[in-house]
Parts: sequence; structure tokens; C-alpha cells
Amino acid sequence: MQKFDYIIKDEVGIHARPAGLLVKEAKKYESEVRIAKGDKSAAATKLMAVMGLGVKCGDTVTVEVEGTDETAACEAIKTFFESNL
Amino acid sequence: MIKFFGKSVFKGIAIGPVVVLKNEEQKVKRRKVEQPEAEVARVAQGVKTAQEQLQALYEKAIVEVGEASAAIFEVHQMMLEDEDYLDAIYNMIRAEQVNAEYAVAVTGDNFSEMFAGMDDDYMKARAADIKDISNRLMQCVSGNNESNLNFQEPSIIVADDLSPSETVQMDKKKILAFVTVRGSANSHTSILARMMNIPALIGVPLDLDKVQSGMRAVVDGIQGEVIFEPNEFVCEETERKIKKEQEKRQLLHELNGKENVTLSGRKVNVYANIGGIGDIGYVLENDAGGIGLFRSEFLYLGRDDFPTEEEQFQAYRQVLQTMGEKKVIIRTLDIGADKQVDYFNLGKEDNPAMGYRAIRICLKQPDIFKTQLRALLRASIYGNLSIMYPMITSVQEVEKIYAIVGEVKEELGKEQITFREPEQGIMIETPAAVMISDKLAQMVDFFSVGTNDLTQYTLAIDRQNEKLDEFYNPHHEAILAMIQIITDNAHKYGKWAGICGELGGDLELTETFVKMGIDELSVSPSMILPLRKRIREIS
Repeated sequence: MQKFDYIIKDEVGIHARPAGLLVKEAKKYESEVRIAKGDKSAAATKLMAVMGLGVKCGDTVTVEVEGTDETAACEAIKTFFESNL
Repeated sequence: MIKFFGKSVFKGIAIGPVVVLKNEEQKVKRRKVEQPEAEVARVAQGVKTAQEQLQALYEKAIVEVGEASAAIFEVHQMMLEDEDYLDAIYNMIRAEQVNAEYAVAVTGDNFSEMFAGMDDDYMKARAADIKDISNRLMQCVSGNNESNLNFQEPSIIVADDLSPSETVQMDKKKILAFVTVRGSANSHTSILARMMNIPALIGVPLDLDKVQSGMRAVVDGIQGEVIFEPNEFVCEETERKIKKEQEKRQLLHELNGKENVTLSGRKVNVYANIGGIGDIGYVLENDAGGIGLFRSEFLYLGRDDFPTEEEQFQAYRQVLQTMGEKKVIIRTLDIGADKQVDYFNLGKEDNPAMGYRAIRICLKQPDIFKTQLRALLRASIYGNLSIMYPMITSVQEVEKIYAIVGEVKEELGKEQITFREPEQGIMIETPAAVMISDKLAQMVDFFSVGTNDLTQYTLAIDRQNEKLDEFYNPHHEAILAMIQIITDNAHKYGKWAGICGELGGDLELTETFVKMGIDELSVSPSMILPLRKRIREIS
């Protein structure tokens, strides 16, 4: 399993559009991608669940990736966070 | 005649019949079904139809209002693909053996309540999006596509509030104006109205039960008023104003979408000068290739204290997002001279035009400058930003600017805030800058000539002094010679040169500028299409 922490810099947090793009990105991979904030977590392939985490600017999220292509998936998701959130 | 005032989000005028839209809650009946799988299939088919509708709306919105505002429909499509949402509908149909419409309605309510209950205003507002997609899905499932949004003749739409999809879905040719009781200037609907160039008044305190479809009304976005059942005099006056506007528009729109290219094939970029976010509608309406001069002063004027980094960031971001990939050149603070602001405490000067102003303030009070640079760099990731510095007279000033920009970038880097490297250019508006443009060209990405100040400083003529009018010659050969020097020096180092002063829109000089090799002309939005017309006539 691969994982990383990320502090959200976008001023409205993980809002609808980046959440949607994140879902698209996550769906490209076999691996399961989960995003956790505090004790809540959501599969990155589920838009409303991701938005439902209510991630705001300054929040730290933990992203966990597990599966056959986890290295590539983790790298891609990390890049996605850095350039969009 | 009954008159109401509201906040105008697009300054246009309209007259015509009223259509009152009332949101009647759709009552959905719960029915027991024998074959739940058939209902599941109806939902799946409905999702497909809804997706197609949303894709069409998205494409329509891109053309009409630009990519940034259209994104809402992309989000709606993504929401409609959400596994949890769809599974909840399917599970309910199977477990409770209920009809598709009912399952969609209940699931939509549940999900929308989940968002409405979140402790975040942004997420709370998403409840409306979920309602919007659920209503759409319900209509697709029941095959009931009858919408009260189809009306026969061009009308003034009066409603409590309008959802983005309602706004875009309406046939633009049949909308004369929007009048809503609620809504904020930054709501999707306001932004859409502005982008679509439709007169719109929001926050109008009227009782929807007191106005009826079929009444006549006048919407005057310039005065911010709507008049129901206007008298004959008001009607005639309005018709006259509208006719004038239309004639102007018609002429210009023949050139919309065409290239700024001479007969021999040389292309010139024609950009817009703007002084505030409110002008963006005109920029798009007039088909500008970008924004060549965004005067950031508006953020500082008309207030009691400095604008915060966040306020500035939001303003820049909005402009950049709206313009998408098109270039947006934001000029840093140009306060001083004829633009005085009390809280800067600049003091009275004998000769303000040659005084403590623009980049001089920024270099002596770097805190003010840094706040603006931080806001600009943070916003840079949202579009195609260039930064332009005013009133440059020396190489050392540019070096100092770059040192401060470097400090700001380092700070942002430490805070892990991402930004894109913007193009950085300078205004050429002092004779000194012209004379050393050879050296400056090696330091910057572009030049933009501020002809108003350059003329004033070169001819030593105070433009505020009427007595000097007879000596003032805007076409003075000294100025034209300078523009040639500037252009040649820019090109020597592979940089581009433009004009953002008044001379840029002087159609008598367009041919001269094109022959000189000028790469860009930035003018007020209303001059863009006349300038395009002129360029296209040059051999």
C-alpha cells in the first residue's frame, strides 16, 4: 500500500469540479484509492462521498492507494492534488 | 405603472411581455411495482438521456458563457455518474418495489439534505445542484420533458431565483431580460446573464403573486429598475434607446469571430483595456483576444484601507478563470498623479505627474507591492497571467522588482503554494525607458507603450492644462519614432511590443503601427471590432 498526506491549499477546499476530476483520475487505475479526513474516509471514485468529506482549505487529507498499479496510481493522484488542490 | 429597483448585473435595456416562472414542487406518487428490474432499466435509460442533455447544455454554455461558467454542467454530469447516488436509487427500487420516479425523488432529497446539513457554505450550496440533477433525472425517467421554459415570444423572465440549468436551457433569442427576487451578484445566474449579455436585475423586492405572465414591462439595467405596465411615454423612450443600441451592435457583430489580419496576412493581437471585473462582459461580447491592460487600481480606489491579499486574489482569479486560456495582462498598482487615494497618505505634490506614483510607491513601500504580487502569483494557476509594471525609467528598477518578486516566490514556495511563472513585462511610458529599451528588452518578456504618459512627458505638455491644447499633437513624429525604436528593440531580443494607450485605438494610425511591426494593440472593449475592421483593410 502507498500513502501520502496533503494539506489543501485551494481556498474553497475539495469543491465540486476538482472532486469530479479527481474521481476521473482515480477511475483510471485498478487500485483502490481512498481519501481520509480525520476519522471519515471515502473511495476516491465516488464523487458525492468525496464532497461529503467537507474538506476545506488548510485541512490535511491522507490518501491511501492499494492494488496492482498502486505506485503509478499514487504518483498520479499526488500530482493531481499538487496541481489542482 | 409599478416600478421596482434592483441590483443590475448587466446594463442593458429591454421591453416586452413578462413570463413569471414559479417553482412548483413536483409531487411524486409512490407506486408499488411488480417488476422492479423494469424500473431500474427506466432509471438507467433516464440517466443516459439526462447525460446527453447535460452534455448539450455544457456545449451550449461553453459557446455562450465561456468554459469557466460552463463547468457547472460538467459537474452535474459527474454527479449523475456517482455510484452511491445511483446505487441508492436502484437499491430502493429493488428493496421496496417502488416506481423509478419515487426512488429518484427520495434519493435526491436525501443526498441534498446531506449537503444542506454540512457546516460549509460552499457545500450547502451544492444541495441545490443535487436537487437540480434529481429533477432533471425525474423528468427524463417519466419522459415528461414539458417545461415551462418554452415560451413563444421573446419575454422578460420574472422568477424567485433561477438555477444555472434553467438559465442556460432557455432559448437565448427569446429572453429579453431576467428579473429575480433573490440571487447574488456572484451567483451562477448573474454570471451567466452577464456573459450572455442579457439585461438582468436581481434582488428586486416584488411579490410574484402580484405580477402575471402577459403583463408588459420595461427593464432598464442602466437605471437598475423594472417598470410593470409602463405608460406610453416610457415605452416610446425605451424603444428609442433599444434601437440605438441594436444598430451599434449589429455593425460590430458582423466582425465577430474574424481574425485581426491584414490583406497580406500579417496578424496583430487585439486585446482589451479594462478597469474592473464588471467590464469582462464587454470584453467577451466584443470578442477580444485577451486583456492587454487590466488596471488593478480599481481594487484600491473608493475605499478606506488597503485591499487584503485575499480580496485581490479573488478578483484576479475571477478574471483569469473567465478568460480561460486567453492572455490576461494585469498591471500592478498605478496610484498617484491624477489617481489619489487618501489612505496611501501620499501628501500634496507640486507636480504629481512626475511625482511619487506607480512603481515608485511599490519600490519604496514593498509591503504594499508584495501583497499584490502574492495575490497575483496565487491566482496565476487559474489562467494565462502576465504581470506588467508601470512607470519604469531604469534597469535598476527592473532589477529591484525582480528581487522582490523573487522574495515573494520564495515565501510561496515555503508555504507550498503553487503558482505558474507569469510573463513579466513593462509599460514604456517615459522617454528614459525608450532610450534604454535596448537594455530593458533583454530583461523582460514584453513592452507595452503607454502613449498618454509618453506623449505628455516627451512633449512636456500637461494634458490637464487646456491652454496647451493647440500645442498638443498626439501624432507627433517624435512619438511615432519612439514607438519604432521600442518595437525594433523588443524584436531584436525576440520579445513582443504592444500599445495600450489611447493611441492604440486611433484608427488613423493603425496602418502605421502595423507597418512598424507592432504585435499587439490593447484598446477599450468598444474599439476592438472597429480596430479589427481597420486591420482587415490594410494591404
